[in-house]
Amino acid sequence: MIDQGTVLLGPALIVSALLFSIGVAGVLLRRNAIIMFMCIELMLNAVNLSFIALAQQLGHEGQVFVFFVMAVAAAEAAVGLAIIIAVYRHKQTVDLNKINLLSG
Amino acid sequence: MVAVIFWIFSAIAVASALLCVTRRNPVASALWLVLTMFSLAGMFVLLEAHFIAAMQVLVYAGAIMVLFLFVIMLLNVGRADTNDLPGWMGHVLMLAIGGVLAIELWAMTRIVPADDIRLPAGTMQQLNEQQGAVQVIAEPLFREYLVPFEITSVLLLAAVVGAVVLAKRRL
Repeated sequence: MIDQGTVLLGPALIVSALLFSIGVAGVLLRRNAIIMFMCIELMLNAVNLSFIALAQQLGHEGQVFVFFVMAVAAAEAAVGLAIIIAVYRHKQTVDLNKINLLSG
Repeated sequence: MVAVIFWIFSAIAVASALLCVTRRNPVASALWLVLTMFSLAGMFVLLEAHFIAAMQVLVYAGAIMVLFLFVIMLLNVGRADTNDLPGWMGHVLMLAIGGVLAIELWAMTRIVPADDIRLPAGTMQQLNEQQGAVQVIAEPLFREYLVPFEITSVLLLAAVVGAVVLAKRRL
């Protein structure tokens, strides 16, 4: 029987690296707060993929950690979007170039 | 065969992630990100993580992305007339930094787990067949990782309270 995990480990890690880099590039490129936030979710998803690819060979604990990452991502999304709503109420924009309350 | 399906899913995931990053309209970005998450769920199935694949569709593509779309609609920032994409300097800088990171991570993908900690081939399929997709997650989650699980519930409670406090106009 061909072990799928061994065959797919390399490809899964490569795809995970690509998705993480796209997420980082998005955070650097975009200035829209909501899209930057979506790029952070993309990075979390890329890490989940490598957790699951390695869980194939190292046991189910990797999948348990993906579960925790999902719970933290949900909490982070709720709080982050609430912050974006609060900022929008003050400045009427989500463009981070125009939000410079903390820069002197 | 499995590898071919895996590559198809990963091509869809990477392409839609690129589209998500480069679309001007936040609604279009969010919908491309949903497609990325769906194809990631397909990859999770191929990697013997059936329960996590279901959670990916329910929690990420369902709950979290609906929350994003809800906020985009609520703030009425879905119009494409405001362009936040930078000029060519920004693009070059972003591509350079992202490319360097991709190369670094690419080097790390050569890592193969040592033989003495690796499970014998086919163990995961056997466990999935014997115990079912949910029990293999539930056993470690409620035995070794019970304390982190409970801490996660406290974190979620704090997030609920924090979200209400932050987003409410006047308490």
